[in-house]
Amino acid sequence: MSAVIESHHDDDHHHGPDKGLMRWVLTTNHKDIGTLYLWFSFSMFLIGGCMALVIRAELFQPGLQLVVPEFFNQMTTMHGLIMVFGAVMPAFVGLANWLVPMMIGAPDMALPRMNNYSFWILPFAFAMLLSTLFMEGGAPNFGWTFYAPLSTEYAPPSVTFFIFAVHLMGISSIMGSINVVVTILNLRAPGMRLMDMPLFVWTWLITAYLLIAVMPVLAGVVTMMLMDIHFGTAFFNAGGGGDPVLFQHVFWFFGHPEVYIMILPAFGVVSAIIPTFARKKLFGYDSMVYATASIAFLSFIVWAHHMFTVGMPIAGELYFMYATMLIAVPTGVKVFNWVATMWQGSMTFETPMLFAIAFVILFTIGGLSGLMLAIVPADFQYHDTYFVVAHFHYVLVPGSIFSIMAAAYYWLPKWTGNMYDETLGKTHFWLSFVGVNVTFFPQHFIGLAGMPRRYPDYALQFADWNMVSSVGAFIFGFSQLLFLFIVIKCVMGGKKATGEVWDGAEGLEWTIASPAPYHTFSTPPALPERAMA
Amino acid sequence: MTGTEKRHQSRNGYMVGLKWLIAAVAVGSSWSVLADWSALNMTQGVTEISREVYDLHMLIFGICVLIGILVFGIMIWSMLVHRKSLGHEPATFSHSTKLEYAWTIIPIFILIGMAVPATSTLRDMYDSSNADIDIEVRGYQWKWQYTYLNDDPSQEVKFMSSLLTPPDEFYNRAPKREHYLTDVDNPLVIPINKRVRFLITSNDVIHSWWVPDFAVKKDAIPGFVHESWAVVEEPGIYRGKCTELCGKDHGFMPIVVKAVEQEEYETWLAMKQQEAKDVYETVGKTWSMAELMETGEQVYVQHCSTCHQVNGQGIPPAFPSLVGQGLAVGDLDGHVDIVVNGKAGSAMQAFAAQLNPAEIAAVVTYERNAWGNDVGDLVQPREVNALIVAKE
Repeated sequence: MSAVIESHHDDDHHHGPDKGLMRWVLTTNHKDIGTLYLWFSFSMFLIGGCMALVIRAELFQPGLQLVVPEFFNQMTTMHGLIMVFGAVMPAFVGLANWLVPMMIGAPDMALPRMNNYSFWILPFAFAMLLSTLFMEGGAPNFGWTFYAPLSTEYAPPSVTFFIFAVHLMGISSIMGSINVVVTILNLRAPGMRLMDMPLFVWTWLITAYLLIAVMPVLAGVVTMMLMDIHFGTAFFNAGGGGDPVLFQHVFWFFGHPEVYIMILPAFGVVSAIIPTFARKKLFGYDSMVYATASIAFLSFIVWAHHMFTVGMPIAGELYFMYATMLIAVPTGVKVFNWVATMWQGSMTFETPMLFAIAFVILFTIGGLSGLMLAIVPADFQYHDTYFVVAHFHYVLVPGSIFSIMAAAYYWLPKWTGNMYDETLGKTHFWLSFVGVNVTFFPQHFIGLAGMPRRYPDYALQFADWNMVSSVGAFIFGFSQLLFLFIVIKCVMGGKKATGEVWDGAEGLEWTIASPAPYHTFSTPPALPERAMA
Repeated sequence: MTGTEKRHQSRNGYMVGLKWLIAAVAVGSSWSVLADWSALNMTQGVTEISREVYDLHMLIFGICVLIGILVFGIMIWSMLVHRKSLGHEPATFSHSTKLEYAWTIIPIFILIGMAVPATSTLRDMYDSSNADIDIEVRGYQWKWQYTYLNDDPSQEVKFMSSLLTPPDEFYNRAPKREHYLTDVDNPLVIPINKRVRFLITSNDVIHSWWVPDFAVKKDAIPGFVHESWAVVEEPGIYRGKCTELCGKDHGFMPIVVKAVEQEEYETWLAMKQQEAKDVYETVGKTWSMAELMETGEQVYVQHCSTCHQVNGQGIPPAFPSLVGQGLAVGDLDGHVDIVVNGKAGSAMQAFAAQLNPAEIAAVVTYERNAWGNDVGDLVQPREVNALIVAKE
């Protein structure tokens, strides 16, 4: 891009959007849709977060103080579903919408109308899911993994609404990911080879393929449930010749790639931020790409490590243990590359960098506990305890969610044209960092000492650390209101951002004005030679 | 962005890094001395297998901690030294084939080092041959049933094991006593130094039978029977829990295993066998209304009240009310039938497998004549027994 930099910025852009509500309903602009996704995701993050706080408040001390066990189970279930499908996944789709076209020099996503559909399905899907809370018999209460037959023969009537909501989310994800694939493969600026693409684009390309591969599997498993519940089949009913363990195999064949769907784009975000603030090129770009692809491949062949206690034959246990341990190799490569990028850099520690570094450290802790969980004999002791809860929250909260926050701070000046308040940003970081560790670190120990997950009440020996964990959860939860305030403040005004924003930043999105004009790269940019590699 | 810039002069970045590192190690080690690790770590347990598992856990944990210290140490060093505020100039390297090979290949060897002991422990755990005693463990919503399998069915001992903690304690109406939520009415009793095999299955949803001290955790799945085993070396009481979400009282179906000397075990087993015989004698006699009501109330509170509530009001729609409506005030045969055979597609279980005929007769009679229900009729244990026998 040579010179599309505008000399002045207005709140409404020149080839601007329509006015009023219909702008958002009808929009096919990737930036508008990205914004919609991000706000939707944040609202789901707050709703899911409130459910987490209900859980942590109940677990603050032994006894049943606030909720009954039936409602507690609804909270754990809905918290998981909303955070996975409503908060983390749409946030990454929002980032992809905003950033992929700008990073590859495309004018928009390849399929703009479908882009609009794939967003607008989501509010209906989640309205339906949340409405189950008010139904007779209550919301789904069988855990976000909804194991049959608890989710079929023994489920509340609202399970059918849950199934339909999951179908809608799946359709939305599949359309969104087809769009990402088509955009990346067809709309790159002339001369940009695949191995020139920023790592965020690479990780999203791979993620989109994962989504297209596994969302139909999820649709399949919920359809089998629907048939069992309403049409007299017995896929998962042992009494009718079916197999409850089949459910788990099919679910986790979706579920394990799903885990990487929620972390690969995070790798991309961090790989953009660390080089900027280390003022040094990303170490080992090629190996980063290969490592991401390896992780994606391995994600398809390790699913049963979630099921070590279902009584598989020893050959199955050993195979899934070895395959799972292998994931540590490409994941290690990524961590080492980030560290090597920081090494001998010239670092500054603005808010995005703080979140990115915290990501590397805390995600690595989650990765190491994942390695421990892969060891089958030890897993028999860890399985379904708080050790597992600590593990996956370490990779999801200070993992995925920290990367999303890092991304928000990093690209907010580009999106809004204003710098966010750095002091408040750092305050938000430190509150989140302390909160998240106080919440989840003790859970490792509660789990090792023997507290199972999904328990509304617990033996007295676990009381102290549960209390600590709950205090941390409230610190973390309420500090996200500060994040909301910082973002609104930044949208409303603030120090004007330059086009480049960060002095070490590389990539096409930094060659355009801040805020990014409503239409960018209507003519393809000329690439600085081999700029991206 | 600027707050850290003036912290130190750039003249000696490495000294700064070193100072921070020493401080971190000092804080870390003093904390580890103060902490009480026993309440924070996995149990070593009381079987050879559980100790093997503990050792394996500590080995992997140690390796992970070392990797963590190495990686985070380098990162933190870099963050303290390679900062713009100290005037550090960025280097220009962006790859190193040698280094990248090294950190791909070295981890593979570390992983092999972990996989070898893990494999051998797993093989030991999976060898469940040559059992001295077979016990069927059957999960129910929300209790466990233990059956001591015996070639002679009349010698078979079978009983339910459910939570002993009264609801008053978890609803904070009474002080929580020792073993809160970890005590049961009828613990599983096993002899020490015998190879006890557990055959684990479920009657309804998936449960998971976990006793940490034996390193035994196996899912109880309807339609499957899975094996696990333990040789317990020390007499004692070992507590475990259900670890697979199984509905509302998932957190309220603990496991207690009492390991005793062989003689004590035999005495206990003989007593249980006698009890079973006694029950069958009571089935033949004619019970009075008062006897049925008295037994019925006990049975109801223990087996029915988690769903239908102590006051019979239930939690509609999942758990219907029994007061003044439905089968409890309707057709007697239908009432007995639903208790004996359960209701397909609902949480109502077939209690013929859990209760003896006298208990079923008593609880049906109780439900028809309690909380203002005044049907006035009663059913005798022998009638219930005839129904169960006819069905078989």
